Amino acid sequence: MLKRFFKQLRLGLNSLLLHKLRSGLAVLGILIGVTAVIWLVAMGEGVSYQAQQQIKDLGATNIIVRSVKPPQDSSRSNVGFFVTYGLLREDYARILANVPTIRRAVPMREIRKEIRNEEYAVDAKLVGCTPDYLELNHLKIARGRFLEDRDLTEVANVAVLAAHTAEQLFRYENPVGRSVQIGTDFYVVVGVTEPRGASAAIGGSLEARDYDLDVYIPLDTFRWRIGDMVLTARAGSREGEIVELSQITLTVGDLDEVDEAAAIIETLLEKYHKTRDYAIVVPKELLRQAEMLRMLFNVLLVLIAGISLLVGGIGIMNIMLATVTERTREIGIRRALGATQGDIIRQFLTETVVLSSTGGLLGVLFGFLCIPAVPALRQLATVLFPEVMASLPPNLQKLEPRIAAWSILAAFGISVAVGMLFGLYPARRAAQMDPIEALRHE
Amino acid sequence: MNEPAAQHAGHPGAPGDDRGQGGPVRKVVARVIDLHKDYILGRNVVHALRGVTLEFRQGDFVAIMGASGSGKSTLLNLLGCLDKPTSGRYILAGHDVSRLDDYALSKMRSRYLGFIFQSYNLIPQLSVVENIEIPLQYLGDDSPAARQRCIRLARLVGLGDRLHHRPTELSGGQQQRVAIARALVNNPHIILADEPTGNLDSVTGQEIMALLSALNRAGRTIIMVTHEPDIAAYAHRVIRLRDGRIEDDHAR
Repeated sequence: MLKRFFKQLRLGLNSLLLHKLRSGLAVLGILIGVTAVIWLVAMGEGVSYQAQQQIKDLGATNIIVRSVKPPQDSSRSNVGFFVTYGLLREDYARILANVPTIRRAVPMREIRKEIRNEEYAVDAKLVGCTPDYLELNHLKIARGRFLEDRDLTEVANVAVLAAHTAEQLFRYENPVGRSVQIGTDFYVVVGVTEPRGASAAIGGSLEARDYDLDVYIPLDTFRWRIGDMVLTARAGSREGEIVELSQITLTVGDLDEVDEAAAIIETLLEKYHKTRDYAIVVPKELLRQAEMLRMLFNVLLVLIAGISLLVGGIGIMNIMLATVTERTREIGIRRALGATQGDIIRQFLTETVVLSSTGGLLGVLFGFLCIPAVPALRQLATVLFPEVMASLPPNLQKLEPRIAAWSILAAFGISVAVGMLFGLYPARRAAQMDPIEALRHE
Repeated sequence: MNEPAAQHAGHPGAPGDDRGQGGPVRKVVARVIDLHKDYILGRNVVHALRGVTLEFRQGDFVAIMGASGSGKSTLLNLLGCLDKPTSGRYILAGHDVSRLDDYALSKMRSRYLGFIFQSYNLIPQLSVVENIEIPLQYLGDDSPAARQRCIRLARLVGLGDRLHHRPTELSGGQQQRVAIARALVNNPHIILADEPTGNLDSVTGQEIMALLSALNRAGRTIIMVTHEPDIAAYAHRVIRLRDGRIEDDHAR
């Protein structure tokens, strides 16, 4: 049985090799289709993997509450040129008191501020926070230590520098133990964090965040030394903002508790805020949305790739019809020598399946090539069209294709199925010829 | 395995004179009874066969002659299970062929018949041995013994040194020898030859006929269509057709 199959296979291969160019073109049609499926899905998976990683970095059990500056005229109060908005320390206390499932809460306040070390200055992001901030944002300490609880209770003038900030201010020296100037006060540097890649923006809910130009000080120190009021120079005029907390990140114990906690927080904030000067970001929800988007994306890709496989299948059908006509006499001979219609169908189907599965296998091989090829192409594009590349979103700029196992199986399976389907008609046509007519055919 | 073929003949010895070589009454391998075949050509009905009744016995060497349009090709196609009669019966190896479907007809060809064509009809992509093997492929016999048998048959027809040549590398006579070996490979009850020398020069034609005669002497049943009297002279029985009817049927 197996032997006969191999014989059939060899016969099919032989007759396909008689027309190398023709068979090659048919194979190419399928090859391109299969490669397209694998490449497109791999790139889609790469993009969505990045997005999911980012969302997971935010923590699926986290709820992020941010202060959002409302439209100018609807702000809570306008005292001169000061705008007061955002989360209050009272909100923080209320949330802690009313949501029992909260395991960890990290309030923070951040502003842009110039940090100095003698003649060196850097425009950094000054973050007032609590010790939990380190773990929450997956930061690591490179030197010294991070903020501790006693820094907060003592309202100590201590600071932890992010990698890039430290480099800018201290060049080749060890900053731990040295002082930096923030505003009019001096702070002792107690630690430096390791570099951490910037997180990209996620949809419209969170902005991109670069952690490497940060300076961390205790939240209470921020309150007493810097204060809630911040003046910024904008387009010649000065503008002031009064914000108590920029963000509160809350962590619940279990995934199932996220939705309920988020709902309570929403109600609480709604009750005490006249305007919507806050936003609640639930990473779990984002994750769910990203997953939906990924599925939608994949369906679209498979649809597109399916069309290209269809075109490949039509190519195969075309070639097999030509082959059948050309070999009418052979069909007649075989029928006279005892071949049943089924034998003839099998013979021609074997040929089409050889064609399409060859295309499928080569397509899978070319599909794997996207792992080295995509970064190479990206590099080439960066050299040739730097502006275009720079204008692409960071997700695309850093795209690493991820080959999905299912896409290989699907692409190969579909290509073989397409071969079968499109080979069936020519094969049936061959089988249904009248043997006498076929024998007379020149 | 070149012994006479028909081990299981169809109907028990029907009455009738024993034609061909003398000796005891030989088994009937095929018989046709009042065979009719009509074709529809455009709006006209062509009566290709108008009631033909014949009996073929094991070891017969029959020549069917007749002008073109006499119905000899039609008769050969019917005998070859390539076509079905409009009416009448054809009994081959105990099966009433006139009632069989396409699949069963294929199986009849595969088991009981061997074909030799005027234009050899070898498959150009296949070697000599592979061509001889084709009928076995459809019998489902792919044993090593089968291949040995193909090689033996190639030697028998004088092509033992050409086993792996392609048909295009052979002369017409050699190609027809391959076709003869192919017609023998399934050990058929009847070998049907359609103008086997029609494409050959007279010397090569004589050689091919000598080969067929030798096979017949070894017990093979051969039914041959020809319009050349000197080729028909090799047969022991000549049937003449005219307008779809038997005009003459005699032993010689």
